[in-house]
Amino acid sequence: MIITTTWYLLLAAVLFSIGTTGLLVRRNPLIMFMCIELMLNAVNITFVSIGSHLNDLGGQLAVFFVLVVAAAEVVIGLALVVAIMRRRSRTNADDLKILGG
Amino acid sequence: METVVFLISAAVILSGALGVIFSKNPVHSALFMVQTLFGVAVLFVLLEATFLAAIQVIVYAGAIVILFVFVITLLGVDRAEDLKVEPISGQRPLAVVLGASIFGIILTVLIVAVGGPTGEQAANIPIGDATDNTKILGEALFSTQVFSVELTALLLTVAVVGAVVLSTRPTKPLISTLEELQNDAVEDEPEEKGGE
Repeated sequence: MIITTTWYLLLAAVLFSIGTTGLLVRRNPLIMFMCIELMLNAVNITFVSIGSHLNDLGGQLAVFFVLVVAAAEVVIGLALVVAIMRRRSRTNADDLKILGG
Repeated sequence: METVVFLISAAVILSGALGVIFSKNPVHSALFMVQTLFGVAVLFVLLEATFLAAIQVIVYAGAIVILFVFVITLLGVDRAEDLKVEPISGQRPLAVVLGASIFGIILTVLIVAVGGPTGEQAANIPIGDATDNTKILGEALFSTQVFSVELTALLLTVAVVGAVVLSTRPTKPLISTLEELQNDAVEDEPEEKGGE
């Protein structure tokens, strides 16, 4: 069995689906963030494998920027979580429905 | 050889991902995420993206996961989520159906595009050897992509400033009235800095 690009894409699809399901199922904001990271990693696998398939460096460049954006997103997201948890002790995304007004 | 490495790292990635979403304890989730990220780094090495593999380990496993663990310790680990309680009835089955349908959609796209991606190539930068990877990536980043690099620098600066603003405990309301501002200017007393 030879590993082709399709195998990488399949793996990325499974990883993305697991991330989506986790994001929808879990109610802890930290774990929801981790699920977003899983989805970003699935996309990164896709980028690098297709870039490798087409002999194009663009895939790797895109992954570089995805990494930077992921880091910024985690920093802001975790700061928000900490700021919210100072006022409300429960760690549950459903408790934030009050933000709806 | 490549097949074996791919299969092992795929198993590592998927078991880690399942561990993230099934662990009750957030710390265990974070550790399972490290497992997944290392698996992805191995795949990057397999695809000869050596620089990205190193960055994956350093930035993701080294910085982002540490940030997660740090926040978990800050907030307390005793809040293990009870996975048996379903806050909204019917949410879990719906979520699983939605995840499965997203997988189905991607799978359909993969099947329709038989023979893998066949798009026309743009004017591109070819990938060199694995040994040249860092050099080629750096040259591309700082020649053709230099504007994007500057934008990411701006993004990171905004993120850092935003994190500092969000994490300082406000001693007074963030939006002051004009009157308060004038009073502050008159008094000009050194205010107590927040923080724990």
